[in-house]
Amino acid sequence: MTPSPLDNDRLVWMYTQMVRIREFEERVKRTFEEHPGVIRGHTHLADGVEASIVGSVANMQPGDYVLTTYRCHGYPIALGTDTKAIMAEIYGRATGICKGLGGSMHLCDPSRGFLGTSGIVGQGIPHATGAAYAAQIRGEGQVVLCFFGDGASKQGAFHESLNIAALWKLPIVYVMENNGYNVETQTHQEDANAAAGEDLSVKAKAYSMPGVTIDGGDPVAVYETVGAAMERARRGEGPTLIESKVYRLSAHGNLIAPPGVPLHYPEHEAIAVFGDREQYEAALKGDPVPQFRGRLVNDGVMTNEQAEEILKAARDEMQEAVTFGVESPFPENDEALAYVYA
Amino acid sequence: MSHELPYIAAIDEAIRLEMERDETVIYFGQNMATTENAPFRQQFGNDRVRVTPISETAEIGMAVGAALAGYRPVVELYMAEFMLVAMDQVVNEGPRFRAMSGGQVKVPLVLKAGWGFTAGWAGQHTGTLTNMFMGIPGLKVVSPSTAADAKGLMASAIRDDNPVVYFHNYLLTLDHGEVPDGEYLVPLGVADVRREGSDVTIVANAHMLNQSLKAAETLAGEGIQAEVIDPRTYAPLDVDTILESVGKTGRLVLVDSAPRHSAASNVIAGEVVERGFDLLKAPIVQVTALDATVPYSEPLEAYVIPDADRVAAAVRGVLGTAPVGA
Repeated sequence: MTPSPLDNDRLVWMYTQMVRIREFEERVKRTFEEHPGVIRGHTHLADGVEASIVGSVANMQPGDYVLTTYRCHGYPIALGTDTKAIMAEIYGRATGICKGLGGSMHLCDPSRGFLGTSGIVGQGIPHATGAAYAAQIRGEGQVVLCFFGDGASKQGAFHESLNIAALWKLPIVYVMENNGYNVETQTHQEDANAAAGEDLSVKAKAYSMPGVTIDGGDPVAVYETVGAAMERARRGEGPTLIESKVYRLSAHGNLIAPPGVPLHYPEHEAIAVFGDREQYEAALKGDPVPQFRGRLVNDGVMTNEQAEEILKAARDEMQEAVTFGVESPFPENDEALAYVYA
Repeated sequence: MSHELPYIAAIDEAIRLEMERDETVIYFGQNMATTENAPFRQQFGNDRVRVTPISETAEIGMAVGAALAGYRPVVELYMAEFMLVAMDQVVNEGPRFRAMSGGQVKVPLVLKAGWGFTAGWAGQHTGTLTNMFMGIPGLKVVSPSTAADAKGLMASAIRDDNPVVYFHNYLLTLDHGEVPDGEYLVPLGVADVRREGSDVTIVANAHMLNQSLKAAETLAGEGIQAEVIDPRTYAPLDVDTILESVGKTGRLVLVDSAPRHSAASNVIAGEVVERGFDLLKAPIVQVTALDATVPYSEPLEAYVIPDADRVAAAVRGVLGTAPVGA
């Protein structure tokens, strides 16, 4: 079985979600200049990764689960969580999706199957695997999408989880978003497979599960590959590891600094650390959002006018989200103690 | 002679001097030395300075192994919470080997761990984990509050023949201070009396120490002389210096950014009550964080973590006084 074919409406929907994520992330980034001090701590943006996110979650059916890393703004946007509530969360407001307690790294919307994130690299992988165990016991055909980065595949939690998932034939799809960097470490500097010139999906072999590497910048390829893996999981045939090759267009995160130092987004590590402007510019040329737009227009799926309307609607939506966020109240002190225990 | 340095640079200076002095000192961790231009890699080469994958269990476990095999590893962990990924190695491996071997082997290593980033880093990167590690026999725990101590404690930690958790407080990263030139050692297990006073003893460390010193200034204006002590090392803990101070003041306020029941202040209070009950004129008061996961939102974070006002209020409570003008 393959995932249901993408009709024109669905393709336009996917493009729309990609644009919404891009515009959201742009506004998060701009917030550091437009509203200094409103975002604290550490944010991680998914600009450049939209196709991989949208192509994957487009396969989710009601009841399916998703767990992600701290680079987590894109998933709930594609799933339909109100962007006002996401932005308000990143601004620490009472109206945020987690009431201001979680912040950028810890979004969560269980009403849409998004069970949460871990801020610690790789540690969400066993959570997703456990959710897949629950889905298997429940026996209602639920599947789990587990997102993590290439860096996380160097964690014991990754290897331990994949072994159990394959052994127990758990209904889970592991989507490794390989963006080529763990902060400022390039993949070949920390990964034995990469150093040997192999794809990271070869790790699947160690656990006797299918492993495939795809262009994460192509939302249709992502949709089809993840969809087939989810169907396989739904049939009870076990997990798949998908290496989705992407390029994050922003630095790993905003500047890390103690209070009092204004935060901003530094240049991408390719330039800032390695002086490799060529690599970064090549990535910009391959930016999945305009690429997909061009393809849909060329294929007659969407007109340029439609694309402009989608962009304008997304920009209006994100302006609303920013306004809503900055105008929302902070939580009351009691909230700090309200959720310590269930 | 001394020079001014930010806290974080003072740590680097100590590691560099120790690496120059002793070629068995090696330094590795995540996201360091990724290019030839990285200063440590440039000076000491790729054998002794290496970037590792995100693999804390292996990083810390390998530090134990390299230490058993004659080296002195310093592991760059960035965030203290990343040690929790490798809890077995930190707690139940490194500190156990010397004892289990009947003293035949030693495990000299340093785990360099930034902590307490209560600047919007939310639930998983803001913890105060001192107490979690100070009760592990064989493991030493240090936590400098000044640039000079950052240098001196790191040098001593590297030279120490035991595993040492070296906490550095993220909020102090860019705080400047005078740092002695050249070789400078601050002995492990010796507290520092940062301010002398006769009315009350305050014990605090790092960001909480700065808040306590600020409170002491305010209190001085009210005629209250607070003595402020920085333990600097939590294992071994210098209880004597605290007792000596309590002998003078008769009152003790313990300040800690950990939640109430995982605060090192609990241990200090226990020691003082057991050994110095007769010295106390009033019950010990602990000013700790609230028992909550640190929230992201700024006002909630401020509500959970103690500050100078709360320290001053606790001192007034212990002395039975009200603030001037209140």
